[in-house]
Amino acid sequence: MGNSQPLSSWADWLKPQRNRMIVLMILAAVAMVIPVVANNYLLEVLTNAWFYTILCLGLNIVVGYAGLLDLGYAAFFAVGAYTTGILTSKFGFNFWLTIPFAVGCSMLAGVIIGGPTLRLRSDYLAIVTLGFGEIVRIIARNLEITGGASGLIGIERPYFFGIQLNQGIHFYYVFLLLAIAACYVSYRLQHSRLGRAWQYVREDEDAAEAMGIDRVGVKLHAYVIGAMFGGIAGCFFAAKMTAISPETFTFAQSVLILLGVVLGGMGKIPGVIVGAFALVLFPEVFRGVGSMRMLIFAIVMLVIMLYRPEGIWPRVKS
Amino acid sequence: MSNLDIILQQLANGIILGSFYALVALGYTMVYGIIKLLNFAHGDLYMVGGFVGFVFLSALSGLLGTSWAAITFSMVLSMLAVGLLGVIIQRVAYQPMLNAPRLSILITALAVSMILANGVMAVTDGEYMAFTTDLGYDGLDFGNVFISYTQLVLVVSASVLMIVLTLFVHKTLYGKAMRAIAIDQDACRLMGINVNRVIALTFFIGSSLAAAAGVMAGVYYGSLHFSMGFVIGLKAFTAAVIGGIGSIPGAMLGGLVLGILEAFGTQIPFVGSEWRDVFSFGLLILLLIVKPTGMLGKTEIERM
Repeated sequence: MGNSQPLSSWADWLKPQRNRMIVLMILAAVAMVIPVVANNYLLEVLTNAWFYTILCLGLNIVVGYAGLLDLGYAAFFAVGAYTTGILTSKFGFNFWLTIPFAVGCSMLAGVIIGGPTLRLRSDYLAIVTLGFGEIVRIIARNLEITGGASGLIGIERPYFFGIQLNQGIHFYYVFLLLAIAACYVSYRLQHSRLGRAWQYVREDEDAAEAMGIDRVGVKLHAYVIGAMFGGIAGCFFAAKMTAISPETFTFAQSVLILLGVVLGGMGKIPGVIVGAFALVLFPEVFRGVGSMRMLIFAIVMLVIMLYRPEGIWPRVKS
Repeated sequence: MSNLDIILQQLANGIILGSFYALVALGYTMVYGIIKLLNFAHGDLYMVGGFVGFVFLSALSGLLGTSWAAITFSMVLSMLAVGLLGVIIQRVAYQPMLNAPRLSILITALAVSMILANGVMAVTDGEYMAFTTDLGYDGLDFGNVFISYTQLVLVVSASVLMIVLTLFVHKTLYGKAMRAIAIDQDACRLMGINVNRVIALTFFIGSSLAAAAGVMAGVYYGSLHFSMGFVIGLKAFTAAVIGGIGSIPGAMLGGLVLGILEAFGTQIPFVGSEWRDVFSFGLLILLLIVKPTGMLGKTEIERM
């Protein structure tokens, strides 16, 4: 009896998940195999889509899980990219060694900006993050160490067990693996004690506080973990592009990432992935829209908020 | 130039800049005071106001030329048009969201702001528009301090608008209704006040003040661009927070204080004009840490 208990509970656990697992396996297999058949253009687009998936999942922790509006998310992505860029190109660091620095710096930025503002009304946070995003971009444009308006060039591409990552296909796999890791971490966070605290704070802040949840503390956790995702994505972005400039990290970039989160359904991982892909694929499929892209995105965002505030693929509420 | 001259000149520049900030901050603070909404689109209404004023001015230039008569006339028309636009935005986008979670309404406001900015970008092809006027460059010369008549007229008209607004809020029935709704919306409804109409009126006034500032900025800087609403929206918010958000005299004071601080801030060694925005946003963040209620604001506890 004692021995069969864990076995049957394992089977019970798998049963309702089985269909989902099969779908996930197939999707993962497709994602792994695609580069073999895809041409360079498709590969580039898909790499970009995985890249935005990581950013959107990071922002999703702040917006979707904790219910805070962050309008300067590109700043964390910038901090990560610039940390790696400066350390490799000016100080000759190995790329892999820069990752902990980049993560540290973006987390520090998260604490600096989140610490004081998370105590205040939630809409103050939105506008302060907006200002912060601008500050980071202006600083990057005016300092000497960040290369000024023209940015940093000649960031060395990393070696991985002796192979230099310099092909499109390499970076496809890098970003795919990072996206999978981001999904896993998001999933585990969502179902952790902290994840449930975020949900409680999001739904009813006062009740959560009355239950003994440290309101500011859990929000700051969400903020810093979100910043970390952005920082890591920024590191690899710098390595892939080998050149970064301040104009990559504008307000429009932050809004784009936010749109990916809102589009698919805030707080739901598959929804966010769908949102990120929609974000990248839409302008590729509809080439004609060109500069109207942001206008169309903004209208879509408004319509979603008015008629489907939970997004295309909303979270199922129990 | 002596130090005193620099101080006086920067004071004059700061007051002019500050009166634009104050006009935009007023709309922010009024809307916030009445429905607790941060209207991100407010800075873009300022930008749209500038463009609408420019269109009217071009249309009227055949009749009236491009001097003060035509500018005043097109400013009034722009205020009416943009005021209406503000009411439409409120009805279409914000009214259905009033009971939604705060996050949804903030994203809605952001979407409206993006639609306005990118809509104008599509219409103007993202080009700068030259706002040509023939006002000349005459002015008052106090030794090394120079104030042009244009600057003087702009500051005076901004002050007139603010005085009219103050009188409206304190002396009329609708002004009283506005102040009452800011305190307790439900009680006002029970007292028979048409709350929706007063909210619409607040949006109208706030948007038309932003439009007035937009036209004035067009006259002052001589050019318009679709992205000019973004930074001023942030600055106006900073001004509103400095003064205490929700407070009308606070917004005026905050605008002036921010304008003057910016004018002097760029004179500090190592803080050139390229650091101006960092200076004001840094100030905003610092202020929110030290005194989030601002100079004239009241302490308030958030209830979601």
